[in-house]
This record gives sequence, C-alpha cells and structure tokens, in this order.
Amino acid sequence: MIANTELKRPKPPSRLKHYLTAVILLLILWGSAVQTESTFGKLIQGLPNMLDLLKEMFPPDWGYFAKVTHAMLETIRMALLGTTFGAILAIPVALLCAGNITRAKWIVYPMRFLLNLNRTIPDLLMAALFVAIFGLGLLPGIFALMLFSMGIIAKLAYEALEAIEKGPLEAMTAVGANKAQWIAFGVVPQIQAHYMSFVLYTFEINVRAAAILGLVGAGGIGHYYEVTLGFLQYDRTSTIVLYTLAVVLLIDYASMKLRERLL
Amino acid sequence: MTKNWKAIVPKPKKNRAIRWTVVLLLAAVYVWAFSGVQFTGFKETAGQITKSILAGIASPDWDYVYMPEGEDLLRGLLDTLAIAALGTFISAFIAFPLAFWAATNMSRTGAVSGTGKMLLSFIRTFPEIIMAILFIKAVGPNSFAGVLALGLHSVGMLGKLYSEEVENMDAGPTEALLASGATRLQILWFAVVPQVLPGFLSYTLYRFEINVRSATILGVIGAGGIGTPLIFALSTRHWDRVGIILLGIIVMVTLIDWISGSLRRKIV
Repeated sequence: MIANTELKRPKPPSRLKHYLTAVILLLILWGSAVQTESTFGKLIQGLPNMLDLLKEMFPPDWGYFAKVTHAMLETIRMALLGTTFGAILAIPVALLCAGNITRAKWIVYPMRFLLNLNRTIPDLLMAALFVAIFGLGLLPGIFALMLFSMGIIAKLAYEALEAIEKGPLEAMTAVGANKAQWIAFGVVPQIQAHYMSFVLYTFEINVRAAAILGLVGAGGIGHYYEVTLGFLQYDRTSTIVLYTLAVVLLIDYASMKLRERLL
Repeated sequence: MTKNWKAIVPKPKKNRAIRWTVVLLLAAVYVWAFSGVQFTGFKETAGQITKSILAGIASPDWDYVYMPEGEDLLRGLLDTLAIAALGTFISAFIAFPLAFWAATNMSRTGAVSGTGKMLLSFIRTFPEIIMAILFIKAVGPNSFAGVLALGLHSVGMLGKLYSEEVENMDAGPTEALLASGATRLQILWFAVVPQVLPGFLSYTLYRFEINVRSATILGVIGAGGIGTPLIFALSTRHWDRVGIILLGIIVMVTLIDWISGSLRRKIV
C-alpha cells in the first residue's frame, strides 16, 4: 500500500514543447537582428543625434501653422472623398461576400479572395502606384484611399452581415418579396447603424493615412514633411506633427461620439 | 380594414427638422470637399501607363526573384520580415510593463492608470512613418531605423490591448495567492501571467501581421525592407519589376496572415 501511494504521484507535464518554442523564437530574433544589422551599440551611439534633433524641433515654428492649413484641409478632403467612394463601392462587395445573402458559393469565395488580396497591399504602396498612373496631386490619393477603405468597410460589413437575425429575412421570403425588397426591408434596417459606424471608423483611419500619403506625392500635408526635412527646418516639421496630432485627435473624438450615439 | 390600417399601426414619427439639418450639413461638407479638387481630366498617359503596369504584373521579371550578387526580391522580403519580427518583439517587451501601469485594476487610484492610458494613446497617434523619419536621423537610413520605428509605434496598440486583457482577468487566483501569503512577484508569476499570457501572445501575433504590412512601406522613406526597390522600380518605370515585387508582397502577406491566424486559433 505504502509503495503504491508513492507511485501515484502524477508526473509534471513535459516542458520540452515550451523549451523548443523559446529556442525557435530566439533563433528568429537573432536572425532578424543579424539581417537588419540591429545592435544596442548603434542605438546608444545614435541617441545623441536624436536628442539634438528633438532639441532642434523645439520650440515649434508657430507661424507655420497658417501656411500649412491649406494642405491640412486638402488632407481632410482627400480622406472624406476617399472614404465616401470606398463606402459606396463596399456595399455591393459586402453583399456578395456574405454567405447568408449571396447563396451561390462560386461567387462568395472568389469575392472574399479578391477582398483579401486588396487588403494585402498597404495604402502608401497603392498611392505610389496611382501617382505613377495619374501624376502628382489629390487624385491618386483619393483613389488609393478609396480602394483601401473599400477593403476595410467591406470586410467589417460582410462579417456583420453574416451575424444578422434570420427572422426578418425569413418573414420577407414568406410574404413573397423579390431580392431587392428582401435586401431593402430585411437586411438594410438591421445593418444600417453598423455600416455607418464602420464608415466613421474608416474615416478616422483615413485621416491618419491621408496625412502621410504626400510622402509619395499623393497630395495633402505629407508633402510638407519632405519639404521641411529637406531644408533642415525641424521646427517646422514639429509644427506639422503637432498640427496633424491635433486634427487627428479632434476628428477621432467627434467620430467616437457620433458612433456612440449610433449604436 | 385596409382603409384605416395606418390608424391601427401608426408609423413611427421622425424628427424632420433634425433630419433636414443633417442632410444640409452633409451636403455642405461634400460641396466643400469637391470644390477643392481640381479635376483637370486624366493625364493622357494614364491609360497607357495603366496598361503597362497591368502588362508588367502579367509578365513579372522572374529573374529578380533570386540574384546571386544580392539586392533581390527574396532578400528584400526577408529583410521586411526581419524588421517586422524584431519590431514586434521590442514593442511587446516595452508594452508588457506599460500594460500593468495602464490597467485600472492594478492600481488603487485612477490617476496612475489614467496617465498610462494617455501615454499609450499619445504613442498610438504618431504615425510609424514619422517615427521612422526621426530614427533615420539617429541611426542612418537602414533597416535598424525601421525596426525602432515599428518597435515604438506598436507599443501604443499592444499596450492598450494588453491592459484590456489584464483588466478582464479573474481576481480569484490573485486573492487565493494573497491569502496563502505569496509575495507580489509570486502573485505576478503564478496568478497573473498564466491568465494573461494566451491573450498577450495572440495580440502580439496579430500586431506582427500588421507590422509585416507596415514594414513593406517603410522603404518608401529609406528605412529598409522591400519598399525601397519598389519605389525605385516605380520611378524608373521598370513595370515588370514592379509586378514581381507586388506579387512577392501579396504572397508573403497572405502566407504570414494564414500562419499567424492558425497559430492564434491554437492559442486561444
């Protein structure tokens, strides 16, 4: 009996898996550090340079606010139009991607694949492509943001669509509604508020995105980063950074309040 | 019966005044937005360039995938992945203590968690590209600047998600350990960490997916990765090279999303 109780003590679970995971993770990190030539030494060496830069950035050139306001408004315009067109495009895409609206599997899966493909390309790269096509200006920025926000809104909307109540849909089918009526009275009332909330959320993201699109020549305030950094006017750069932060925070706050009221 | 069904089921009343003000406001905003865009028609070359880009994507420059002397697609993509991996690790490392600072259930007064949350949202509003520009000034235009930029920027989002995970933690194990006389460090190690670790790992992987996308654009300003050759190919109009780089990015991002997604499903 006594020997038996000694044997019954359970073995602790093997830790081999954890050790292996840790080793693999360390190998990945070490390889990444070698590949990117990252060392602590370089960071410590570079820190004084960065402190110098931060010192030059303060105080900001307050007079510069007035000069870039025009570009800031352009940025907001770009974000607004990009979001609007993207939101309109996203409606049919989301309907075609939702399995409970579009019953044909051969439409749903290819549409989702295209949507995922669209979402793999970052906004700035899209803008760079459109700048090559349309030339410098607001137009490539609007097009890039349109495709970018179409991806986000369609993805969020189709996931919300798949979670809607079945009841109203079945009721519409039961009273003999055609496909358009079915969507207008069964689907739209259920998804409306969510959709508006997604659009506002995407608008927030787009204002941030639009602020840097100018780096590749797609209009807006981003262009002035290059100008001020090129002429080493770091006090002006910090003006732009502060201005962008203020506008982004303001729009985020307004949009958040609106979204709270919607849902 | 059909005549007065409206009387039985009255339609919900809508506030017309508010509705019309909203419509008018929106109309004004859009008029303002459209009036600022000078639409002078497409450039006459636009169609032609679109055609050559599509042709370039249809017949990519396969030789660019691997070149023995270096500066090829595979090395560019590897560099991008390395930037994302190291950047994510650095940000997870910094975000871990910050999350406990910002979590409301870890401190008695709201002032402590409030300042932590404010710091995190301040970091979040700084675009990574701007951070990269600052780091380039410090360590030069190379991948390391990209690593530091991603490492710092991701702290904002990771810290927020981590702190929410800490806030949703079950208080039971902590109280049990406290009752049995454990030290603060023991509580952290045996009650807190086991509860939050799966969530932390899942969020870190999610941020890694985002960082892979971000790392592809860092090259636009010279902070390493695949973006540099892409911008170079775009400005020299090597459309077949643009095509192969875009394909490479799409394949890499899809692959990483898939791997990371299946790992996350296993964790949670």
